[in-house]
Amino acid sequence: MPAPAEPGLPPAAAPAPGPSTGAPARPRRLLWRAWRAVSERTLVTLIALCGISAIVFVFGIFFFICREGAPFLRDVFTFKGFFLSQEWYPTSETNRRFGILALLAGTGSVTLLAMLFAVPFGLGTAVFIAEFCGKKAREALKVMVEMLAAVPSVVWGFIGMMVINPLIVRFTGAPVGVNVLNAGLVVGLMSVPVIVSIAEDAIRAVPDGFREAAEALGATRWQLVYKVIFPAARSGLLAAVLLGVGRAVGETMAVLMATGNSVNIPLGRGFPWFHALESVQTLTATIASELGDAPRIEALANGTYPPEAHHYQALFVIGIVLFTITFVINLTADLIVRGIRNRK
Amino acid sequence: MSHAPTSPTPNLAAPDADRAPRAPRFAATDLTRRKLRAQRAAQVVFGAMAVAILVPLVAIVAYLVARAWPALGWHFLTGVPTNGMRSGGIWPALIGTAYLVVFSLLVAAPIGVLAGIYLNEFARDTWFTRAVNLAVVNLAGVPSIVHALFGMGAFVLFAGLGKSVLAASLTLAIMTLPVIIVATKEALASVPTAFREACWNLGATRWQTIRTIVLPNSISGILTGLILEVCRAAGETAPIMFTGAVFFKAVRAGDLFPYRPDEQCMALSYHLHTLATQVPGVPEPVLYGTAVVLVGFVLVFNSFAIALRMRLRARKKW
Amino acid sequence: MDDAVKIRIYNLTARYGRREVLHRVSLDVPRNGIFAIIGPANSGKTTLLKCINRTLELVPGAAATGNVFIDGEDVGRRRNVYDLRRRIGVVFPLPVGLPLSVYDNVAYAPRMAGVRGRERLDEIVERCLRQAALWDEVKDRLRTLGTLLSGGQQQRLTIARALSHEPEILCLDEFSIAIDPVTTMRIEDVLVQIKEHMTIVLVTNLVQQARRLADRTCFLNRGEVVQEDRTEVIFSDRPGNQMTYDYVHGVFG
Repeated sequence: MPAPAEPGLPPAAAPAPGPSTGAPARPRRLLWRAWRAVSERTLVTLIALCGISAIVFVFGIFFFICREGAPFLRDVFTFKGFFLSQEWYPTSETNRRFGILALLAGTGSVTLLAMLFAVPFGLGTAVFIAEFCGKKAREALKVMVEMLAAVPSVVWGFIGMMVINPLIVRFTGAPVGVNVLNAGLVVGLMSVPVIVSIAEDAIRAVPDGFREAAEALGATRWQLVYKVIFPAARSGLLAAVLLGVGRAVGETMAVLMATGNSVNIPLGRGFPWFHALESVQTLTATIASELGDAPRIEALANGTYPPEAHHYQALFVIGIVLFTITFVINLTADLIVRGIRNRK
Repeated sequence: MSHAPTSPTPNLAAPDADRAPRAPRFAATDLTRRKLRAQRAAQVVFGAMAVAILVPLVAIVAYLVARAWPALGWHFLTGVPTNGMRSGGIWPALIGTAYLVVFSLLVAAPIGVLAGIYLNEFARDTWFTRAVNLAVVNLAGVPSIVHALFGMGAFVLFAGLGKSVLAASLTLAIMTLPVIIVATKEALASVPTAFREACWNLGATRWQTIRTIVLPNSISGILTGLILEVCRAAGETAPIMFTGAVFFKAVRAGDLFPYRPDEQCMALSYHLHTLATQVPGVPEPVLYGTAVVLVGFVLVFNSFAIALRMRLRARKKW
Repeated sequence: MDDAVKIRIYNLTARYGRREVLHRVSLDVPRNGIFAIIGPANSGKTTLLKCINRTLELVPGAAATGNVFIDGEDVGRRRNVYDLRRRIGVVFPLPVGLPLSVYDNVAYAPRMAGVRGRERLDEIVERCLRQAALWDEVKDRLRTLGTLLSGGQQQRLTIARALSHEPEILCLDEFSIAIDPVTTMRIEDVLVQIKEHMTIVLVTNLVQQARRLADRTCFLNRGEVVQEDRTEVIFSDRPGNQMTYDYVHGVFG
């Protein structure tokens, strides 16, 4: 018997007379079977090609942003000057600097604040939907969470700018209402659906046997949740939070409109405390706001680039940083989820 | 909820009236009462959290509609912007978004559905398949601005398409591909394996089985994925900002074919962004009206997807 | 190759991952008639059927060595496995009605094999449904969804489907465990009728069923052939093998 492999289809010239055809195959029938064989082969190949397309595209994305950003990496990049300097002066003639520390702080502060809102509320909602809810309410809530997820990011940014902005000014006396707090609220709301849906899946994946055992021992719903469900589902919940972080880090339009776009590190009384009322600029917003004006300049005859060309390339390198961050987050979340599955 | 009953059992010694009634056996003890209070508190707290994140959704939509009310109407949807975008309608942006969405769907749908078929029907459980699934999740998690960078690098520059409807649509297609792949996979997985095995034993090939049994019974799920793709593509701004969207294009009101694939186009999401951040003095109704049209479109289509999914669940054939 | 032997299984070893399920099984199944394979659970009976029509390779992680010859031809070498599967009809333990109309259920295999023409398909559907003793019950509702029939009807529908591509071999894998005794009886009558011109391999846990129906019986235990002989011998008081006697008389399994 052959090893398991998808068996091929016959060459056109040798059809076995199948019982349903009765008499030996006629030429037209031969042609039809040949056509069937070839077309199925090509179709299956096409399907396989599309199947691996996701890998192709991920590599493609990485390749093309590296291609555009490579000259910067080659000529100007230094680890200290890029990652540890907060001097981002890409257009200055005299003091051209490409330090993204302030931008990292911007992304970091907005993400942190967003998670401070989104994680408790998201996990709480997930627990409510999975454990404390009646069936009809569950359907309704899940639908509403999906609607929340559907709101486009530019609309969120719009709301941050037009609605939350004046509210912040009024209630906190800050001079400007577009800052870390504003973006944190908005991005937090945007990340909640991600956390809710994955956490809810994780909670529902806890075997019913656990629940039944707990109830048989006389536990209330709440005891069941904090003593049984949280420990059992903790990997899934962690993955949910990680993916929420990924969402927050990658958000572009909402932060573009709600952070105030001011490149500085919003330090309060020293790291990690920061002033939520200060305006910042995130990595994503930097690219979005500066790419339009950064000119793409071809290399000179001797292969080097004029200094004005580096701005455009540096933006692509920021893209590489973003891509790497979200890639690592997704990989970690996947490993965690796989870890639970293997342990089971 | 909790299974501890709190009322005492009926007194079975009733006939003997002058005997003191026995203490009820299942009455709640102090411990039970405390546990139930904690549970009730937890239920309230978590419920409040759920409400807290959903109230903004309702409030926001209501607020947007309220502010946009004076401007909304048929003229707003079909007219062209006048007075430097400060009045008139949003037709060019609306039709531009439609173009982008349709073109991106034309590219993403075949690739996404076939990829979903591959992952659920053909792929075996090897490290390579795991890598492909990981790639799908990663593709979904790539920041939208990185998709814009990729679109610039690959379609605008490398493929020489320039800033155009085509380049922007392709960028959107790759961005929304994971949505279709995942929805297709789930729709196919909901068809029981027993059907497939029955078909294989009858001598049907893998593709014949997929074509005749699996696909027809997953079409609702696949359609749901396509609708969700449309919603995402319509709402995205960053990927099209640098690959084909433009703030102004001269278009006749109600014109159904204003853009050629190699031209740039206006788009609703980009229009909203620019109006809000670059144009001073835009009257509130126009500004909020643009937002309402965008959100309204997305939410309405999303409801179609949800309704389709519910209908699918109710009409199971097995 | 002996003309009286329809299926020759030689040195067949099958495993799922590392677990060996069949160990060097060698059998001859004679042409036409009912050949029963009995044995306790997990003795590899279903796996044996899967090797015959080569659906084992569709199970992830499964592998087999050895040979299966049908009419003298090594089926493992065949390139067109779909034609092979059309020459063999299989009925599973659990009734599975495809989510198509009853008519389309039975017409499925002929259609996939390329049979067109309405009259031809009509004739096939009626013939197979009659053979499966289901025609009278469904002839007025051929458009009903196959999944909406009762369990017993679905099992007969499965048999009709298995017969629809005119197989030379019919394999039944514990077909009666999910249906009522009356339907079982009707199907057993059908099997006795068609055994004149079809090789029937009947895998069953119910030793009495084998005794009723089979001409020859094979006792499989833990992946090995314990004994294979005429049914009367296997079920007699002195089958020649103590394990056979014990199993047949209910001492184990």
